[in-house]
Amino acid sequence: MTRASARESAFAGRELGIVVAFVAVVAAATITRPTFLSGQGIHDLLLNASIIALLAIGQALLVITRNIDLSVGSVMGLSAYLSGQLFLVDKDLPIVVVVLAGIALGAVCGAVNGALVAIAKVPALVVTLGTLYVFRGIDYAWASGTDTTQINAYQMPSGFLSLGSGSVLGVPNLSLIALVVLAIAAYGLHNFRAGRELYAIGSNPDAARLAGIPTGRRVFGAFVISGALVGLGGVMHAAYFGTINASVGNGRELAVVAAVVVGGVAIFGGSGTVVGAALGALLLTTITSALPILGVPAFWQRAVDGAALLVAISLDRAFMVRLAQRLRAERAVRRAG
Amino acid sequence: MTALTPPLLELRDVHKSFAAVHALRGVSLELRAGEVHGLAGENGAGKSTVVRVIGGEHRPDAGEVLVDGEPVHFAGPRDAQQAGIAVIHQEPTQFPDLTVAENVFMGRQPLRSFRRIDRAAMNSRAAELFDSLGVPIDPGRVTRGLSIADQQIIEIGKALTADARIIVMDEPTAALSTVEAQRLFRVVARLVENGAALLFISHRLEEMYEICQRVTVLRDGSFVTSSPMGSITRDELVRSMVGRSVEQLYPARDHEAGDEALVVTGLRRDGVFADVSFSVRRGEIVGLAGLVGSGRSEVARAIFGVDTLDAGTVTVGGRRLSGGDPRAAIEAGVAMVPEDRREQGLILDLSIERNATLPQLGAVARWGLVRRSRERAVASAWTDRLGVKRRRVTDAVATLSGGNQQKVVLGKWLATEPVVLIVDEPTRGIDIGAKVEVHALLSDLAARGIAVLMISSELSEVLGMADRVLVMHEGRLTAELAKEEATEEKVLQAATGGAA
Repeated sequence: MTRASARESAFAGRELGIVVAFVAVVAAATITRPTFLSGQGIHDLLLNASIIALLAIGQALLVITRNIDLSVGSVMGLSAYLSGQLFLVDKDLPIVVVVLAGIALGAVCGAVNGALVAIAKVPALVVTLGTLYVFRGIDYAWASGTDTTQINAYQMPSGFLSLGSGSVLGVPNLSLIALVVLAIAAYGLHNFRAGRELYAIGSNPDAARLAGIPTGRRVFGAFVISGALVGLGGVMHAAYFGTINASVGNGRELAVVAAVVVGGVAIFGGSGTVVGAALGALLLTTITSALPILGVPAFWQRAVDGAALLVAISLDRAFMVRLAQRLRAERAVRRAG
Repeated sequence: MTALTPPLLELRDVHKSFAAVHALRGVSLELRAGEVHGLAGENGAGKSTVVRVIGGEHRPDAGEVLVDGEPVHFAGPRDAQQAGIAVIHQEPTQFPDLTVAENVFMGRQPLRSFRRIDRAAMNSRAAELFDSLGVPIDPGRVTRGLSIADQQIIEIGKALTADARIIVMDEPTAALSTVEAQRLFRVVARLVENGAALLFISHRLEEMYEICQRVTVLRDGSFVTSSPMGSITRDELVRSMVGRSVEQLYPARDHEAGDEALVVTGLRRDGVFADVSFSVRRGEIVGLAGLVGSGRSEVARAIFGVDTLDAGTVTVGGRRLSGGDPRAAIEAGVAMVPEDRREQGLILDLSIERNATLPQLGAVARWGLVRRSRERAVASAWTDRLGVKRRRVTDAVATLSGGNQQKVVLGKWLATEPVVLIVDEPTRGIDIGAKVEVHALLSDLAARGIAVLMISSELSEVLGMADRVLVMHEGRLTAELAKEEATEEKVLQAATGGAA
């Protein structure tokens, strides 16, 4: 078993690569400004990465099945706005109700996407590009309809805000949530049939259907789970920043997809891990934090995200070419032997 | 006595239509335990539709499917699997990113507590499986890069581990060499001994006679006959398939070969083939035989410039080709009809005319713009000459049958008026009628002075068509036999590395 799993994770090298890149960025930033790696510095790094990592975990589930969700930024905005609105209606509302409401809203949005993809058979890229605008439109309409363009921290209960800013044993609450979700997702993907079936669907959709896998249901399920995680991410955003308007999460979809790809999830599905996706999110947010310290103007951030994406895809390509060569050589050896 | 126990699987008067096409019009079939049952018929006769109905992919419009005498209604492939049916499709259906063991057990992984996958059990069961089949495949490796023969074995492994009692094999040997096919037949024989029933589809009639006990023949979606294999002669079988008798499978060839059109010397591609030297003369058909993976197709790809060479020269009509440049090869007069017409030879969604003119758009274009009328004229001329059965040249190639697709591929290259024609498995997966036409076509081309290099896994095709037979084994040429001295035995010996 150990032998097999060692080979299964041929992409484990990829996760190692992210860690190396991560260490290099942190080292460079720390040399320039030693406080970068102080307790507070690490705390901030984790906190910044948590929400995007959560979204990346959900996105990874979809990309593994050869799908994509571009509407995550809009869904996150909707769910964050919902949290604020609920507290405007009743500031004493139990926090758990608000969290669950955000998750449910995200799941519903995911279900809409999933239904259009799995049942109506429209490509995910097109569906979620459409819902990106539709969900954002609903968000704006809601904000203008209720005449509250911005909801501020004082309008929310302190318990909710401390959920966003608090920590346990030095680890931020939000990071703990992301880690728990990550652990569950990673374990589930590896150890349950439904998890392996997601990989099968991405690896060869026709074969998956012939193998009797309910592909539509699995893809739909992945969209709902991913949507729920995005919903949770929206609530976390509200709790962390304490200021919500209708443009929360605007443009986040690109960072999320970049994190997933940098994390080694093959864009055409079939391979990659949620751990990789989360590490990708951590790497990209760390680069973002390190840029100003290293003297790079912050407006380069997006360019750097994009460059990381390109480097990641080039590395994958190089890896595949090398793998093909190795397989060819192996076959030659077997033939000679 | 068999009448007392119901057949494992029975189709009764099954009908199926797709839009305007009446694919099955009353097909009946009985499959009994311990029996290998052949399903014969030309392409388009409805064999694949029968397979899909049995496999739960299509629901019949009328008629009944019975398992153990009980009517069943499959809503999808999973239902069929649960009824003990396993379908091994024409093209292996692997998950390239997953391991061999995961491929074998997908959807049916052994479980431990809390419905978690028991990987240890899964891998060891897969290892046992391949041991028992006598095939050294590492269950822990990803399937990407496995040969078609190995992938086929994985498909069989799936059926075995699912404890399938009814196994349907749709052209399992189309991509296998003779030795690999024999290995498959041994496995099949064991399955049947253990009480499974097998529905076996093949275009190679020899194979049917070798392993089937009964045969059912379909023509144009209708049931023609069903009889014990022993009591139907080859001629009768062919006649019932095509509705006429096929006089001769291979055309008589009698003409002089001309100058050397293609000369290759010392071709080497590291890890794939080495020391390959031969020539093909104008008007000559040279057969290149060998097992799948022996390097035949790779040599062809290197000659055509798709793959680069590490050493050696390719000369066409006295002109040396620069390696790794298909465009230069085309300009020098080389045409190649690749092994896998669907992946490499055709763009299935494009129209017949678009496909036919693809390699020579320059000839139908003016000032860089393709002239549709000219394109249409060229395409019509070629498809008519090759006898492609089509409705309009604007129809997508995907709508044609396999044999007609192959003719479009041939036509597309013939329109470039080549000096050297390389064909790789020209009749794989096409029916007898179309096969005869393709053979006649190749012979006709040779008679017009084209040098033909034909790669084929079908021994009878090589022996029947080729003026000279080259045999490859493990990346090297192991024999060169003139038509008179080429026998099945000699070719096989050279192909398997035995003393020539």
